[in-house]
Amino acid sequence: MSIAASPEHATAVAARPARRLLSEERIANGLLLVLCLALVVGIVLPLWALLSKAFLNAAGQFVGLANFGAYFSNPILMDSLFNSVWVAVLSTAIVIPLAFTYAYALTRTCMPAKPFFYALALLPLFAPSLMSALSLVYIFGNQGFAKGLLFGHSIYGPIGIVISQVTYTFPHAMLILVTALSISDGRLYEVADALGTPKRRIFFTVTLPGARYGLISAAFVVFTLVITDFGIPKVIGGQFNVLATDVYRAVVGQQNFEMGAVVGMILLVPAILAFVVDRATNRRQVALLSARAVPYQPKPSSRRDLGFTAYCLFVGLLLAVALGIAIWASFIKYWPYNLSLTLNNYNFQRYEPMGWAPYFTSLQMAALTAIIGTAIIFTGAYLIEKTQASPVMRAFAHFLAMMPVAVPGLVLGLGYIFFFNAPWNPLNFLYATLAILVINTVTHFYTVSHITCLTALKQIDREFEAVSASLKVPFWRTFRRVTVPICMPAILDVAVYMFVNALTTVSAVIFLYGAGTKLASISIVHMDEAGFIAGAAAMATLLVGTAIGVKALHIVLDRFVFGRLQAWRQR
Amino acid sequence: MNIPSKDPSVRSSSLRVRGLFKRFGAFTALHGIDLDVASGEFVCFLGPSGCGKTTLLRAIAGLDRQDQGSIEIGGVDVSNAPPSERDFGIVFQSYALFPNLTVADNIAYGLVNRRTPRAEIETRVSSLLALVGLPDQGKKFPIQLSGGQQQRVALARALATSPGLLLLDEPLSALDARVRLHLREQICDLQRRLGVTTIMVTHDQEEALTMADRIVVMNHGVIEQIGTPNEIYRRPATAFVADFVGKMNFFHGTLFEKGKVSFAGINVACDDCRGFLPGSPVSVGLRPEEVRVRNVSPDDVNALHAEVEELEFMGAFCRAKLGIAGVKTPLFADFSANLMRDLAVERGQKIWVALPPEALRVFPNGEAHAQEVAA
Repeated sequence: MSIAASPEHATAVAARPARRLLSEERIANGLLLVLCLALVVGIVLPLWALLSKAFLNAAGQFVGLANFGAYFSNPILMDSLFNSVWVAVLSTAIVIPLAFTYAYALTRTCMPAKPFFYALALLPLFAPSLMSALSLVYIFGNQGFAKGLLFGHSIYGPIGIVISQVTYTFPHAMLILVTALSISDGRLYEVADALGTPKRRIFFTVTLPGARYGLISAAFVVFTLVITDFGIPKVIGGQFNVLATDVYRAVVGQQNFEMGAVVGMILLVPAILAFVVDRATNRRQVALLSARAVPYQPKPSSRRDLGFTAYCLFVGLLLAVALGIAIWASFIKYWPYNLSLTLNNYNFQRYEPMGWAPYFTSLQMAALTAIIGTAIIFTGAYLIEKTQASPVMRAFAHFLAMMPVAVPGLVLGLGYIFFFNAPWNPLNFLYATLAILVINTVTHFYTVSHITCLTALKQIDREFEAVSASLKVPFWRTFRRVTVPICMPAILDVAVYMFVNALTTVSAVIFLYGAGTKLASISIVHMDEAGFIAGAAAMATLLVGTAIGVKALHIVLDRFVFGRLQAWRQR
Repeated sequence: MNIPSKDPSVRSSSLRVRGLFKRFGAFTALHGIDLDVASGEFVCFLGPSGCGKTTLLRAIAGLDRQDQGSIEIGGVDVSNAPPSERDFGIVFQSYALFPNLTVADNIAYGLVNRRTPRAEIETRVSSLLALVGLPDQGKKFPIQLSGGQQQRVALARALATSPGLLLLDEPLSALDARVRLHLREQICDLQRRLGVTTIMVTHDQEEALTMADRIVVMNHGVIEQIGTPNEIYRRPATAFVADFVGKMNFFHGTLFEKGKVSFAGINVACDDCRGFLPGSPVSVGLRPEEVRVRNVSPDDVNALHAEVEELEFMGAFCRAKLGIAGVKTPLFADFSANLMRDLAVERGQKIWVALPPEALRVFPNGEAHAQEVAA
C-alpha cells in the first residue's frame, strides 16, 4: 500500500505532536518518572550507600572484604550471630504451631465469637514490639511478682527475648496462616469423606498440604521479624548480644559505621530470603485453588469447637496479658510494693527532658506518613496498574515498590544515615528533620500498602480507562471521580496501616531522629535504658491507646459514615 | 440532537485499515489486515476466540497499538494517535459503567468534559435515555439495573458524544439468551436510526448473520472472508468460513473434470469449480439443509441411496446421520419437522437423497477446518 508514503499522511503525523504538548501519556510518564526517582532516593541509594560502606574503611578507602574478615574473626560478634539465629529458630518453632492451631480454629471450626478472637490475636500489631518485653520485666524481672517461676533463671536474656518475640510475631504468622487455610476447596473434603477417610488422615493428606505454602511463608516471615527486631532484645536482652543490638551499639555507641554496615548486610540476608520464598510460595498458593473450587464450610462439632474455643481463649488471654500488664503497671504508684493507682507515670518530665513532646512528634509524624504515604502509594499503584505509560518504567516502578519489604527497618535506617548524612549529599539538610522520618517510614511500609492498593485496583473493571479515553476524558479526571471513590475502603486501610506502624516503629527511626524530632517509641527505649520502666510503660500505653483508638475510629467511620456515602454499593 | 445523518450523499469510507500487524511475543495476533468500512455501515468481526478480532478492534480504538500498518478514521490518519484523539465510542462486554456514578452521570461523563452547558447536558442525557428505552432511570446507580439495562446505559454513554464510529466488543455475550435477543434488535434499530458506523466483535455466528450489513470472518490473525451475511453463508470462500458459519458436510475427493467431482468412488456433478484444474484434490462441502429428500428418484442428478443411521431431534428440525454405501464419512442432513411428518422417516430406513449440484462447494484439499473427517 502506498498510503504510508502519501504527502497528506506525512503532514498529519508531523502536525499531531505539536497539537498537544502535554498529552496524557506524557503526563503519566512524567509522574511515573517522579515516582521512580523518589523510590530510588528512598530505597536504592540508601541501600547502595550501606553496601558500599561495608567495603570501605573508616577513611573511605576500599578494603574489599576486610570488614567482613574482621567481623567473622571476632568471637564476641560471632556469638551474637549464633545467638540471633538460635533465638529466631526457637521463636519460629514455638510460634508457628501456636498460630497454626489458632488460625485453624478461626477457619475450620464453628467456634463462637470468631471476630472477637481474630481481633484479640491482632492486638500486638497495635503496640511497639518491645511492649511485651516491658510486661515481662514487670512479671519476671528483678522486681517481678512471678520471678520465682523461672527457678533462678533470669528473664533478661534468651528466655525473655523468645517469649516476647512469640507475642510480637504471633499476629503476623496468624494472618498468613488464616489466608492459607481459607484458600481451600471444600469439595476435596467431601470427596475424602465420601471415601471414608478418617479425620486424622484428611488432616495430613488434605489440610496440611493445602496450607504448606502458608506455613513456609509464615516461618520465614517470623524468622526474619525476630532476627531483625531491635526493641525486644534492647529492653530484655540483658547481657545476651544479638545482631540487632550489635548494630545499635556499633553505630550509636562506638560510631563504628563500617561494622554497623557489615552487620546490616548480614541482617539483609534472611530478609531477602524470606521475601523470595514468600513471592514463590504466594504464586503456588494461588495456583492451588482452581476457579471452580467451593470454599470449605465447617460443620458444628461441639467437642472440637469447645476444645478450640478453650485454646483460643488461653492463647488470646496470654497475648492480652503480655500487653495488659504493661498498661496496668503504667498506672501503678510503685511496682510491686504500692499497687495503688496513679497518673504520675504519665508526667514524662520526670523521666526525660522532652516530656510529652515525643508523643506529639509521633502523632505528627504518623499523620504525615499516613496522608502523604497513602497519596503517593495509591497514585503510584494506579500509574503502574492502569495507565498506558511506558511499560518498562511501570515494571521498574513496581520492582522498586516491592523492594522495601525485603529490607529490615534497622538496615533501612542504617542506609539512611549513610546516604542522607553524607557530606556530599545535597539532601543532607533533611537529616534529623521530621521530613526524613516521614520519608523513611513511608518507604519502610511501602510494599504492603502498595500490594493492598494494587489488589484493590485490579478488582476494578480494566476498561474504565479505555472508556474514558474514548469519551476524551483525561485519566486524572477518571482517577478522581471514579477510581478513588471506588477504592476508598482500601485507601483508608492503607492510611490506618501506615499510621499505626509509624506510631509503633522503633528500628529504622532510631538512627534518624534529631533533638527536636524525638519520637515516642524512641523515648520508650531511652526511658527504659535509664531505668524508668514505669515511664516507658506509660508512653507505650499511650501509643497502644492511640493506635487502637485510630483503628476503632476507622471501623466506626467505615460502618456509619462512609457506608452512607457509598450508597451505590447497595442494590 | 447532533446525530450523524444517514444521507447517502455523505457516504464515504469511515474506516480504512491497511497492512495491520500485531505480535504478542511469538504469537501473531494480526497478520496483514486490510479493511474498509463505509460510513453508516454495520460490520461484524466474527471468529473463534484467539482469531484476532478483539485485537483488531482494540487497535482501531488505539487501546493496543499495532506494530505495523495504518489506520484512518473519518479520513484522518490516527495510526499513532492515542485513543483520546480518535473519534469513536466504545461498549465493552463487561459494560464498564462507573459504579459510583448515577446512570445520568455515566451518560454525561464525556459531555461534562467538553464544557457543554448544564441544561444542554440534561436534555441530551434524557433524550439518550429515551433513545435506549430507559426514560426516568437516570437517578439510579448501575448496580440497581439489570444486565441488559446496564448495557443499554453503556450504549447511551458511548453515543453521547456523537462519535463517528461506534465500537462494540462482544456487547451481548454477558447477557441471558432472552435479553440478548431483545438487545440485538434494539442495537440494530438504533444503529439504523442514527446511521452511525458500527463495528461489533462477536464469536456468535447467529448474532453476526442477523445484525451485520457485512461480516468480516477472521481466523489466526487473517481475514478469511468479507461479505454480506448471505454471501458468507451461501458462498463461503474457505472451508473454515463454511464450517464456522453454519454446519457443513465435507468429503475429500478429486475434481476429475470440469463440473464433476468424485469421492469414495462416487461421481457427482458440481457447479462450483473455482478454477481448479482437473485432477486436483478437493474437499466437497454441502450444508445439511441442502440435502434433497422429497421426490428423489434414482435417476436424478447426484442421487444416492442412503440409510438413516441416527436421528437427532433438534426441535424445529431433525438432524439425520445418513450412511452411504462405500463412503466412510456420514452425510448429515437436516429434515424439517414438516418433512419428517410427511415422509415418516425412521431410524434404519433406506431413502433416496440428492445432492443439488448448485449447492455443492469445493475447497482446496487439506484446508484446516474443525470437523474434517477423512473419507
